[in-house]
Amino acid sequence: MKNKKKKSASPAPGGEGTDLSAGSPAPGGEEKDLTAARRARKSTLRLALEVFLVFFKIGAFTFGGGYAMIALIEREIAERKKYVTKSDILDIVAVAESTPGPIAINMATFVGYRTAGVLGSFFATLGVVLPSFIIIFALSFVLRQFKDVKQVRWAFNGIRAAVLALIVKGWVSMAKACPKSVFSLIVAVVSFVCAVLFDKVIHFSLLWIIAGAALCGLVYSVIRDKTGKGAGK
Amino acid sequence: MIFFKLFLTFFKIGLFTFGGGYAMLPLIQSEVASNGWLGEADLLDFVAVAESTPGPFAINIATYIGAETGGLFGSFCATLGVVLPSFIIILIVAKFYIAFRKSRLVEGVMTGLRPTVLGLIGCAAVTMAMTVFFPAGLTLTLTPAVGVSLAIFAAALVAVLRFKVHPILVILSAAALGVGCGYLGVW
Repeated sequence: MKNKKKKSASPAPGGEGTDLSAGSPAPGGEEKDLTAARRARKSTLRLALEVFLVFFKIGAFTFGGGYAMIALIEREIAERKKYVTKSDILDIVAVAESTPGPIAINMATFVGYRTAGVLGSFFATLGVVLPSFIIIFALSFVLRQFKDVKQVRWAFNGIRAAVLALIVKGWVSMAKACPKSVFSLIVAVVSFVCAVLFDKVIHFSLLWIIAGAALCGLVYSVIRDKTGKGAGK
Repeated sequence: MIFFKLFLTFFKIGLFTFGGGYAMLPLIQSEVASNGWLGEADLLDFVAVAESTPGPFAINIATYIGAETGGLFGSFCATLGVVLPSFIIILIVAKFYIAFRKSRLVEGVMTGLRPTVLGLIGCAAVTMAMTVFFPAGLTLTLTPAVGVSLAIFAAALVAVLRFKVHPILVILSAAALGVGCGYLGVW
């Protein structure tokens, strides 16, 4: 049922007529589903190309990565194109945050999948990546050329201090979004200390800290749930 | 060989980064430094470039490091590497997404991951602060360069935190100040 709903949501622009029947499991619904699927397949490529263009635009005009992208995705994908609903956007953000990888890529892949299946996710991701790729690749030549210019070096001396402030700001907004508890505090402090140690004293990969923290979080939440239930009884 | 290494390194970075913004910074910093691909100060410079160009930070930095170490194909390998884990995982999650959203396992893991990212970025920021303020090693003498850097940092922090000034404007102002101080012989 879940799957059916998803499928009927995706070919919305092409298959509005058959859309209604997809919801009700009436006899003959299977057949209609089949034609809907065929029609959907025809429009899948068109939808995928549309998604590509929308995400190309999003990739070309958002500064500052994933979170800055949410507002634009909401406007372009939910309001204008209506590929997904606004409450879908909330779900998509939640999933993008709790899966590995850059949030922007996660969101593009997810929205693309919802809109036009695997093909859609491929084109959406390609769309969001391409502008960055082209711009930065071209810029890398320019940067190399100007690196040794005195004024550019001076400018970057000033910029570095400002970038540090931007990183601190990013940290503050992440800290605000993090659930506040004694456990969170301990994990953050221990991770910080371990990261400093791994960097300066023993050369150990940061991946171990991340894996360890994930395990601690899991164990902690299991214990919390158990004791919480025990207290309830 | 370098291409495979780029792909693998960025695949690892993509697979182990949780959260947006600068969550990727600690891993990039440690991986990039251990491979000798980009110095600490170069990385900071590039963060400024990434902030001033459109697109996700992860893609920008992967493309840049790829281009610096292996040209066009290097860029391609690094970018593909950082995108692929996301792509595969989201495709799987999208299929079972209701189960995923309600999963106690995911929730538990995230309980640990959110704060650890804070700790890791904190460490990355401290190491970067050392290279910004004390490029020649830790000293207690306040040279004009250190003073100017601290002043720009403080001003930028107030600007973004208190007055919500746009990051690009902050970067441009800092660049102008940097050039001005250069002519005054500060650096």
